[in-house]
Amino acid sequence: MHWAGLNEFLAMGGYGFYVWLSFGLTLACMVGELWLLGQRRRRLQQEEMR
Amino acid sequence: MGVMGINWFKYSSPQAFYPLAGKLAPYFLGAAALLAMVGLYVSFFVAPTDFQQGEAYRIIFVHVPAAWMSMFIYLVMAGWAAVGLALNARLSFMMAQALAPTGAMFTFLALVTGALWGKPMWGAWWVWDARLTSELILLFLYIGYMALQAAIEDVRRADRASALFALVGAVNVPIIYFSVKWWNTLHQGASVSLTKAPAMAAVMLWGMLVMALSFWAYTIAVALLRVRCVIAEREREAAWMSED
Repeated sequence: MHWAGLNEFLAMGGYGFYVWLSFGLTLACMVGELWLLGQRRRRLQQEEMR
Repeated sequence: MGVMGINWFKYSSPQAFYPLAGKLAPYFLGAAALLAMVGLYVSFFVAPTDFQQGEAYRIIFVHVPAAWMSMFIYLVMAGWAAVGLALNARLSFMMAQALAPTGAMFTFLALVTGALWGKPMWGAWWVWDARLTSELILLFLYIGYMALQAAIEDVRRADRASALFALVGAVNVPIIYFSVKWWNTLHQGASVSLTKAPAMAAVMLWGMLVMALSFWAYTIAVALLRVRCVIAEREREAAWMSED
């Protein structure tokens, strides 16, 4: 473990903005895609009901 | 018998594949989540600080796997398109269609995380060099494929036209891959090399491989879930859809 504390971990040696935005966007895109697929699925199921 | 005894051709029909895809998807999603946790742990707690780039280099653990996926998915998509054209197999076209949005997403992520890495390291979000430009063209190819598929009313013609488009576009993938060798570029060379300090390179390589495996499992899960939607949308009128 080479982080002295949470602050140092979050700061990422001054590159926090770039590092966290990269990982955050990647996660957001993947979760978002799954959510959109869930919506599509629900829409199809509702159509099937009618 | 055993594995060989299963009639695999049965699953080439959308009707038989639909429930199988639904059963398999959760396992791949679970694997993706587990691998992502291991990959993130390696990315932030095992991999040491880079002596040149400090902590900014950690972007490599999402950037490189995303870039790999953007190229792999295109090749797999073009492969399904080729099988579809050769055998006139509907499910193959549907698989190609199910992969495209995820490929486009990873291409977008490769470009954006690249920009977020380029800004602190090169001082520029974007440069028009061979690697970046050919990756941007890949994004346009995915978008073009999806637009063509959506624009043609007749599904069979849409399948064939977009499959042909995907195949022609595949020439761009080796161009992306070799661009760092063929042209003088700001982008660094292939990431998988063991010429750097060995221990460092090995940890980084493992981190990237685990993340790439996680992205693979995610892609398979999403493609299975999406192909179910595609099947359901296309076979709306078919009687078997309303049976279960």
